[in-house]
Amino acid sequence: MKWARTTAIVFLVAVSAACLLANVIAPASYAHQFREETNASPSRQHPLGTDDLGRDRFARVLYGTRVSLLLAPAAALLTSLLAAFVGGIAGFAGGRVERFVMAGTDLFLSLPWLFLLITVRALLPLNVSPIVSVLITFAMLGCLGWAGAARIICADARALAQSDFILLARASGSNGFRLLWHHLVPNLKPVLYAQFWISVPVFILTEANLGILGLGVAEPLPSWGSLLRELESFSTISGQAWQLVPLILFILVVSSFHLVLTKGELPV
Amino acid sequence: MRLAPGFGVDEEDLDARLSAQSIQALREARAGEANLFVFYFRYLNRLLHGDLGNSRTLQRPVLQLVAERLPETLKSVALGLALGWSVGFLLAVAVVMSRAWVLDLLGSLLVGVLLCLPAAVLAMLFVLAQAPTRLLLGLVVFPKIFRYSRNLLARSSALPHVLTARAKGLGNMRVLVWHILPTAAPQLLALLGVTVSVAFTAAIPMEALCDIPGIGQLAWKAALGRDVALLVNLTMVVTLVTLMANSASDLMGRTFRTSEA
Repeated sequence: MKWARTTAIVFLVAVSAACLLANVIAPASYAHQFREETNASPSRQHPLGTDDLGRDRFARVLYGTRVSLLLAPAAALLTSLLAAFVGGIAGFAGGRVERFVMAGTDLFLSLPWLFLLITVRALLPLNVSPIVSVLITFAMLGCLGWAGAARIICADARALAQSDFILLARASGSNGFRLLWHHLVPNLKPVLYAQFWISVPVFILTEANLGILGLGVAEPLPSWGSLLRELESFSTISGQAWQLVPLILFILVVSSFHLVLTKGELPV
Repeated sequence: MRLAPGFGVDEEDLDARLSAQSIQALREARAGEANLFVFYFRYLNRLLHGDLGNSRTLQRPVLQLVAERLPETLKSVALGLALGWSVGFLLAVAVVMSRAWVLDLLGSLLVGVLLCLPAAVLAMLFVLAQAPTRLLLGLVVFPKIFRYSRNLLARSSALPHVLTARAKGLGNMRVLVWHILPTAAPQLLALLGVTVSVAFTAAIPMEALCDIPGIGQLAWKAALGRDVALLVNLTMVVTLVTLMANSASDLMGRTFRTSEA
């Protein structure tokens, strides 16, 4: 499977590079309307045609992918840090602290993910600028996705806290913070990396679900959610296969993230 | 919730048809919610009497709405789970027992693609293809069931006592029923509980996009209308149902382990 993993990494790097260079590659801005060319077929000027508002679809795919590919890892980083903090402290402290924190984590995990997300989203204003909606969506994902990872990190931290080298460090006079920072955190890095990579595709999928339901990133800023929502009009224009490009790209990117995880980090 | 912009203010305050006295009466009715302890005391008191409050957007009792829509969602979830488990588990058994790499590859590819599709996209594709939408939840839980069952069964089938049973010439069916399934059963039962939660979560996009009048569609409408009271109650109801499902699967797992011992 090494070749598949390498291919996935190369593909993700290529897509990320294309998205970062969207300003150079895209023929127009994602919001620019070619009013006389609505629902146009692919051409040299518009490689993927235009949407019903006359916006260049290729530009929207590039910018939409950029939004999701930059912010899903940022949300995953936030989640991993929160999980490391909560799980690390609970596992290291043990005893009542661990029981109390893990009881809270279990309570949090029992809430159905999408129900929790839309409830929190409903608490925040819906009529906001596109940039604010992007930040709200991904910050919400980052802040609410820590519980599962925290349980795993707590179990790892507990095992490490009871290990011989920590006992030796304690006997050598290392105090709590030094033990935590110099001995525990470096040994938690592999599980933190795994949790980070597991969270990225989960957040991309969740953002797409929220976007399609109209609770994600606001127009005119594109994201995968808003790009995939355009599939609703697919049946009326059968034969326009280029409309499926965002979906194909989405599947390829998410499956690439899954393949990156195949080095043993996937759960059972 | 209390820190969110717009809390304590209602659109009714701006309704020109209402008199100053009516607006004042509405404000006084909401004033009780200002104190957090008073609010929760009243809320829990109402909850104990079976009153979940009223939906602000639909102007109807939440309990009535839940009673109307929960059966629809339960029907979809039950059908989806039955379909997902039948297909996913049977395919996993076929892959592990036959040890045919082609079947494994095809199954893994299908599951890989399905795991990359958000439930909302699947719902749209079902609507476009005019497929029976109630089967959608089955397609959402199927890849998770197949992947976990396949790995669990493969792990169980590699255990020494299973290899010994095979070496002694036991048939495939006997090895599966008497040696592989009992080892994997507790984890499979735990997976059953997890898939209930997955199915309920996927019910939101399915019901919203396929126009099925269930709890998921209600939650979506409540989110768009920022009807937080309704959403919180719906989340509580769904959490209760999934907790009951998880507890039941835990209990079955424990009973199974005890009877095995």
